[in-house]
Amino acid sequence: MTTPARPALQVKNVSLSFKGVKAISDLSFQVEAREICALIGPNGAGKSSLLNILNGVYVPDAGDIIFEGEHFRRMEPLEAARRGIGRGFQNNALFSGMSVIDNVITGLSRHSRLTLVEEMFRLPRARNEERRFRERAHEVLRLFGLDRHAATIVGTLPYGVQKKVELARAVVAEPRLVLLDEPLAGMNAAEKQEIATVIGRLNRDLGLTIVLIEHDIGIVLELAHHVVVLDYGRKLADGPPETIRDNPDVIAAYLGSERTEIAA
Amino acid sequence: MSMFLETLIGGLLAGTMYSLVAIGFVLIYKASGVFNYAQGSILLFGALTFVSLTGQGVPAPVAIAITIALLVLMAIAIEKLLLRPLTNRSPMTLFMATLGLSYLIEAVAQGIMGSQVRALDLGIDDLPIFVGDIMISQFDLIAAGVALALGIGLSLLFNRTRIGIQLRGVADDTRAALSLGIDINRIWQIVWAVAGVVGLVAGLLWGARQGVQFSLSLVVLKALPVLIIGGFTSIAGAIVGGLVVGAGESLAETYLGPFLGGGITPWFAYALALVFLFIRPAGLFGERQIERV
Repeated sequence: MTTPARPALQVKNVSLSFKGVKAISDLSFQVEAREICALIGPNGAGKSSLLNILNGVYVPDAGDIIFEGEHFRRMEPLEAARRGIGRGFQNNALFSGMSVIDNVITGLSRHSRLTLVEEMFRLPRARNEERRFRERAHEVLRLFGLDRHAATIVGTLPYGVQKKVELARAVVAEPRLVLLDEPLAGMNAAEKQEIATVIGRLNRDLGLTIVLIEHDIGIVLELAHHVVVLDYGRKLADGPPETIRDNPDVIAAYLGSERTEIAA
Repeated sequence: MSMFLETLIGGLLAGTMYSLVAIGFVLIYKASGVFNYAQGSILLFGALTFVSLTGQGVPAPVAIAITIALLVLMAIAIEKLLLRPLTNRSPMTLFMATLGLSYLIEAVAQGIMGSQVRALDLGIDDLPIFVGDIMISQFDLIAAGVALALGIGLSLLFNRTRIGIQLRGVADDTRAALSLGIDINRIWQIVWAVAGVVGLVAGLLWGARQGVQFSLSLVVLKALPVLIIGGFTSIAGAIVGGLVVGAGESLAETYLGPFLGGGITPWFAYALALVFLFIRPAGLFGERQIERV
């Protein structure tokens, strides 16, 4: 169905500004299907803004987004979700008063085919869909080793576990593209390694295409197939991790003294 | 003792009528963060439509069905013409919009259906019932039963159906809900429609008590202290808040009234709400706002 040569996502000459301040200037890059693409760059480089453009929260001033061969001047958030763009947020955005399983079930909303009346009165089709969704959610929880927390209220779990729940919610609907905003932020080294392993497995085993923002360069270089470096809203470098590591511009702007540590 | 019990029970039952009004606010506030000033006008609109239809000889069940259909259409129109264009505006902007909306609804409703006081007979006789030597109003008892049934029905809707789960998701984090493919515009339409139906029930019961007329829309002012006491985001809070206000008013009138020269009912709820604002600003069941720094 899909030709292997077609990239999953193309960003073409995208610019974004807030009240005259440029957040992103004329940015272009592409993400191949089934790759992990890492966006790195100092704070304020425009990384989160870019994710917000990709899932329709922000409207770019100029440029195009081509997702699976279709052109968009702008994405609507609902349209993005329905086309299979999943999203994880910085500091996570779980529904903290709900159980783990209910959180994950909301992730399946884009697959719901029910009418209001069916849902309200729980007609057979509604109960059927509900059962399928619940089973699917349990499957994903098992994949993440979260099944024993299924009935727990999310807000009561430790932050590291919550991050895993958010990942589970973002991937339960089998998205075509997952956007993750600092999935490892605020974790200790062991937790980071665990989540990084999960992300790697999602990509390898389920063939998920992932765009992620991460500050931990060690993990980025280990996990990503492709790195895009942003600085002040411009693209500084774009390529496989090895070339990024050795790129003098990147070292000057971002990696700095960490270089020796990485090279070692 | 029996006088105390009678006062307390009478107050609690009357309080459920406040709860009914407050629930309509809570639903909308929870889902869209809007304090819907127009809830009172919607309540008046529902009651007025019902009375006008039955006045034309339409049988009551048909009149109810038509009124509900109109309320649903109104909810869809409000979402499309008012809420959607104002997405991401400040809560104050939205509040002002509902203020305007309330005048619009009142004007249109009274323009079409007239502004004279109409009697509303629900066929419930307000006969006293005696339990031991305690007198209870039959009407209040039925009203309380209706409020209770509505409360249970709504909590089933929110906790047992996927609409409910989605609704709680939208209430919790709109941005995340959108990113998961939850259609928040549809959720808003549903919530406003449900709040409209809750308003209709409240309007019919209040209308049967005091007649259907413009002043019916002012029962929103009674809901305010209930919301402050119970919390703006909890249906359970709205019910308990209503009970506290009802019982408090009734007990205060009976036991404090003689010392203060009576006339306590009009202001007591507000004084109580003020006390709550000092000691528990989020209300009994409200979510305390924690600012991240």
